[in-house]
Amino acid sequence: MADLSTSYLGLPLSSPLVASASPISKKVDNVRKLEDAGIGAVVVYSLFEEQILHEAQERDHFLTRASNMHPEALDYFPDLGNYNLEPDQYLSHLAAIRKAVKVPVIGSLNGTTRGGWTEWARRIEETGVDALELNVYSIPVNTSATGAGVEAQVVDLVSDVASKVGIPLAVKLSPFYSSIPNMVRRLGDSGAKAVVLFNRFLQPDLDPENLAVLSAARLSDSGDLALPLRWTAILFGKVVPEIALSGGVHTGRDLLKSLLAGAQVGQMASEILSGGTHRVGEVLRELGAWMDENEYLSVDQLRGSMSQRKVVDSAAFERAQYMRALVSLDDRFI
Amino acid sequence: MSSESDSKMITVDATEAVAMVAHKTNEVIAIYPITPSTPMGEFSDQWSAQKKPNIWGTVPLVMELQSEGGASGTVHGSLQTGALTTTFTCSQGLLLMIPNMYKIAGELTSTVFHVSARSLAAQGLSIYGDHQDVMAVRQTGWAMLCSNSVQEAHDFALISQAATLESRVPFVHFFDGFRTSHEVNKILPLSDEQIRRFVPADLVAAHRRRGFSPEHPFIRGTAQNPDTYFQGRERANPFYLAIPGIVQKWMDTFASLTGRQYKLYEYFGAADADRVVIVMGSAVETAQETAKALNARGERVGVLAVRMFRPFDASLFAQAIPQSVKRVAVLDRTKEPGSAGEPLYQDVLTAISELGRSFELVTGGRYGLSSKEFTPAMAKAVFDDLKAPSPKRHFTVGIVDDLTHLSLDYDPSFNVEDEKTVRCLFFGVGSDGTVGANKNSIKIIGEETDNHAQGYFFYDSKKSGGLTVSHLRFGPNPIHAPYLIEHGQFIACHADSFLEKVEMLKYAAPGAVFLLNTIWDKEQIWDKLPREVQELILKKKIRFYVVDAYKVAKETGMGSRINTVMQTCFFAISGVLPSDEAIAQIKKAIKKTYGKRGEAVVQQNYLAVDKSVENLFQVSYPDRVTANHSRPLPVPTSAPEFVQNVIGPMIAFRGDDLPVSAVPADGTFPSGTTMYEKRNFALEIPDWDPSICIQCNKCAFVCPHAVIRPKLAAPESLQGAPEGFKHVPAKFFKEYPGTDYVLQVSPEDCTGCGICIEACPARDKTNSSRRAINLVPVQTILEREKTNWDFFLGLPEVDRTTVNPNNVKNTQLLQPLFEFSGACAGCGETPYVKLLTQMFGDRAHIANATGCSSIYGGNLPTTPYTKNAQGRGPVWSNSLFEDNAEFGLGFRLALDQKEGYAKELLRKFSDVLGDELVTAILGADQKTEKGLAEQRLRVELVKSKLSEDKSPAARDLVELAETLVKRSVWILGGDGWAYDIGYGGLDHVLSTGRNVNVLVLDTEVYSNTGGQASKSTPIGAVAKFAATGKGFPKKDLGLIAQAYGYVYVARIAMGANDAQTVRAFQEAEAYDGPSLIIAYSHCIAHGFALHKGLEQQKLAVQSGHWPLYRYNPELVVAGNNGFQLDSKEPSIELEKYVYNETRYKMLLAQDKPRAEMLLGQAKAGIASRWTQLQYLAAQNKEAN
Repeated sequence: MADLSTSYLGLPLSSPLVASASPISKKVDNVRKLEDAGIGAVVVYSLFEEQILHEAQERDHFLTRASNMHPEALDYFPDLGNYNLEPDQYLSHLAAIRKAVKVPVIGSLNGTTRGGWTEWARRIEETGVDALELNVYSIPVNTSATGAGVEAQVVDLVSDVASKVGIPLAVKLSPFYSSIPNMVRRLGDSGAKAVVLFNRFLQPDLDPENLAVLSAARLSDSGDLALPLRWTAILFGKVVPEIALSGGVHTGRDLLKSLLAGAQVGQMASEILSGGTHRVGEVLRELGAWMDENEYLSVDQLRGSMSQRKVVDSAAFERAQYMRALVSLDDRFI
Repeated sequence: MSSESDSKMITVDATEAVAMVAHKTNEVIAIYPITPSTPMGEFSDQWSAQKKPNIWGTVPLVMELQSEGGASGTVHGSLQTGALTTTFTCSQGLLLMIPNMYKIAGELTSTVFHVSARSLAAQGLSIYGDHQDVMAVRQTGWAMLCSNSVQEAHDFALISQAATLESRVPFVHFFDGFRTSHEVNKILPLSDEQIRRFVPADLVAAHRRRGFSPEHPFIRGTAQNPDTYFQGRERANPFYLAIPGIVQKWMDTFASLTGRQYKLYEYFGAADADRVVIVMGSAVETAQETAKALNARGERVGVLAVRMFRPFDASLFAQAIPQSVKRVAVLDRTKEPGSAGEPLYQDVLTAISELGRSFELVTGGRYGLSSKEFTPAMAKAVFDDLKAPSPKRHFTVGIVDDLTHLSLDYDPSFNVEDEKTVRCLFFGVGSDGTVGANKNSIKIIGEETDNHAQGYFFYDSKKSGGLTVSHLRFGPNPIHAPYLIEHGQFIACHADSFLEKVEMLKYAAPGAVFLLNTIWDKEQIWDKLPREVQELILKKKIRFYVVDAYKVAKETGMGSRINTVMQTCFFAISGVLPSDEAIAQIKKAIKKTYGKRGEAVVQQNYLAVDKSVENLFQVSYPDRVTANHSRPLPVPTSAPEFVQNVIGPMIAFRGDDLPVSAVPADGTFPSGTTMYEKRNFALEIPDWDPSICIQCNKCAFVCPHAVIRPKLAAPESLQGAPEGFKHVPAKFFKEYPGTDYVLQVSPEDCTGCGICIEACPARDKTNSSRRAINLVPVQTILEREKTNWDFFLGLPEVDRTTVNPNNVKNTQLLQPLFEFSGACAGCGETPYVKLLTQMFGDRAHIANATGCSSIYGGNLPTTPYTKNAQGRGPVWSNSLFEDNAEFGLGFRLALDQKEGYAKELLRKFSDVLGDELVTAILGADQKTEKGLAEQRLRVELVKSKLSEDKSPAARDLVELAETLVKRSVWILGGDGWAYDIGYGGLDHVLSTGRNVNVLVLDTEVYSNTGGQASKSTPIGAVAKFAATGKGFPKKDLGLIAQAYGYVYVARIAMGANDAQTVRAFQEAEAYDGPSLIIAYSHCIAHGFALHKGLEQQKLAVQSGHWPLYRYNPELVVAGNNGFQLDSKEPSIELEKYVYNETRYKMLLAQDKPRAEMLLGQAKAGIASRWTQLQYLAAQNKEAN
């Protein structure tokens, strides 16, 4: 069977399939199962600084807001002493995972303040994890914020975090940058060893009956692969950071395409969430079988072999789909 | 900067100081909440939950019982089984322990009950301090030791423990409720080593050996006969005779270890005194300081502190009084109506009589009932009166008795405050964190500086928007001043609206600093002040500062909690610490207080500290009064005379000035007085948009304070409506053609809770966030809506006989007879109470168990139950906590009996009244409002026909005829009452089959005393006394009651199904037998934003936590299944409900595995109960 081992962020991996940040990693046992199934590395679910701030403030509010208001009820809750605050739980969870498995473990952080990013990055590093993925999630809603300004903020914070931690950094990006290649190059210059393409946001939905906004996570499917695949193919070989393709990897074939386009690894979550941890083994076996059938010896050999630079129709990756459709139509009638 | 000598000192209140010793020296602690002893149980429970060991290294077992009666029984059993056992209680709780106290004493069993002495419920309940409760147990055979200060309470907790172990006689260790129990003071705590000396191993072993063991069996608790019972009672005499020596021995030992020497009867003052005051409790310190001041002026007076009240050692007592003394006044903090004198007075007389000691005069008097102030000025009045040619006997001091003229006059300007002590007063709003910040300040000053410090806190009786006053003293000398500050050098007002209501600057010393939190800047503020405030600022040459703490709090993310800002300003101005050090100490305290809640909270507070001083400004003011307005009257001049003369001063915090004659003799007060107390504390209030409104009345239905009212008005009645008075055709009320629909908000009574907004189903078609009712800043519509409200009140109510109250919308056309209560903003209980009064209030008798509903329902100065234009309204009363069901049953029995007699008389007078009328009355259908109205007319006819008949029977019938109109008896209370302390009575009352309606306002926790677990508390919820999350499921009160078969039962949640709520009330009232409605009531003790209360109720039902059902025995009689399931199968995960609430989330944060385990059990419980309910609902009539 073909050699599936590879590396990511400088870490040796037994396979090019990485579990992306998701609730799967909330249980140590799940991570063990992923390892047993052959996962290359695990990105643990994200620590959200905003949530930490919110929960601390909320807890404080409800514990104290009604205190000392009435002579009979000077407060309404027992003093439980120290709480296992969310970040403490997260950090000890990371440490527990690191201890429980041999595969590389990657922490994930979504910060909101400059101080928060660096402080939490440092504390995540202290848990002994092998790398850190920065989840630079934000929806710019301010009309005075420029694209350049938003980009500069991200670059600055990556640079800042990179200067404070010793473990390798990956940056998970959204696809909504005017110039993704430029952004990725700058992130590489700032110290990112890899970029993860792409982050998928919660998308709001509307409930017309109740006039309410709904917010729910939608699992990806293989159809979502196209977007990261294109950018992986375009960027492969042009930028320094490695590329982890995320969003739409559901089958061995999806993983294969990711690698052909140039991804260092493919990241998978939705498939594991819906199909179970054993899907990791199935996906890897499917990849291995294809490689064996087509006589590829290693993933390093096939990686990027269909990147933009290495396909015949390299312009295909630059064409907008609408144009391509028109061309197809024209072809039929000519 | 702390000196070495006091480096170990701590700043605590007496509940903590006592609990520290009790928890260290006991193995089993049985508790039950009652103010103000509750914190002692809470501390114990918390420490045991945190695995804090006692001095033997084991963690005491702390258990909450269902009542104080239960707690004392458990204590008795535990003691008899050889464990060191204690409890904490007071007031009615102590009374419930009396039977067991006789047993425990009779069996010579070592224990100490720690009692924060409190008033008893008599003409009214009072949670405050006096000695009525401990005096009611003085005959039980317990030794009684009284401590006078926080330090003494700490010390005597230990001395009494040692003395009980040695003497075998149980001890009541008591101290003044609130004044001592809740006073924060700097004390030197006892070390474990010291404590250990007072529980000698041999005495503990002897106690254990006296306990039961089948290894060496014996019997105790026999029934005795005339031959030996008497001797048995006398047999204990030697044990009592030994007590004084034992206690003094331990006091001496204590002195040798700590340097603090106490005497059983301790004299202070001039060695050659001619006058002495004898007193117990915190008043000792006041009397001592007064005596010191008087002696410094050349008088010869003294104070004898009675520390050991039982046994009363006449000899030691008499020896303690100097031979020079000629006149003696004995002060009792209790009232024994009709007695020859109060207990201490009588004991003194007996002692001196038996010992042949003679004085020129011995008088006795009363002071300080219900925490009435006892100041040096009052103490001086007692000393002064002893000088008079004929001193008053049985005098009172601290009140003005213009009726029996027993009170002593006193000069309030008399002041003995230590000049080196700094005195500060802070007037805050309940929710702004002022008290918490001041408790922190006391700790900072007490523990981080060489200063001594004292803090005492006053709260008004409202659950929301109430006033708090913090009294802080600090200085280089120990502070012995157990009375409120009257000459403050620093006065802070944390809400400028209080300037319009409270005369706070009368407490300012000349040259004092006044700090005001206000939105007005230093240039504008002077002109905003009422005339009276300006006058005092000028007269007292006050240094005046302002800060916009709201702005700083908002900008720093602190919301409405201005505590940190005001605390920083206090330190900045007061100079108690150098500025930098003060800031550092505040931040240290913040870290200590909030650190465990997350760094974010700490940082937020730090920011508020940093931003405070830069927003603090001194105000320059002119040298004359420029105000163009005076402080408004507390109640309008249109209010009834009693309200103006009595209630008004109480509202204005001048109730202390009311003379005896002004106060009702029997606790009877007029209904409907909240309408006169305009509290004006909402920042935002609802504004109605008729163009969007669908006239569903849901906003009115859910309003906890009855401030949103709909009416249907005839066009002619709207003539002369003020400009801007909103009304639209009542197009959704087809049965009232031609009328206009009006929805009016009472702007000065609204609390701004926002529940109405959440209830409104109508939305603006062009803006989905806008509803038919929207919150707007109060100032934008206040004046307009005040005028509108007044006009609205003048519009006639909808005629009850035309309303079919079978749906939510129609019920709101009925006038609420429960309005503007002092409940929490967003209270989940009050909408049910209000609905009850709308549907049945004009003929309702309400028995209310003690708890939140009795506090917002009946706490003075103003009460919310009111009457309609015909003068009818609910009658309401609170008996006790434990007996409410029986109390309500008493209403029913009396009504049934009176009605029965009236019916007999009717028949007797059928000749005069006419058969037709008699038959009509006896057979009247009173199921509808129309039927009731017709019956009322018939009753009037009876009265009129008999008006000339002077025979006793005719007079009786005229008197009793009103009972022929159907009355509705309601028994109200919370889950603490219904599930726990009152359950036995409730069960019995339901079993009697009598026509009473029970409404359980189920908050799943003891809300009124601060969130202790009840048997209604759900599994997995954190509550006090269940600090690790309740480990057992909630009791299913509904199904238990349903098992009787003839009890109507409904489980309701208006937020989930308001129509079912209305149906349940209708059916319960219609059913001619006992009915039980269990109403889900969201509560501040659940820890979530209460304006989301309805949504949370919905989730409780959808998750299966709170299934809705009704069981109607009438259906069974008709051959149908009586059980109706009103909610659908659980459709959401329980997490979606519970993890919106702090009570569940805090366990998740503290002990995740346990939280998850209990959640799993809760889910399993929901599933199995759902199966059970489905089974019940599926039964056909054969199964019944």
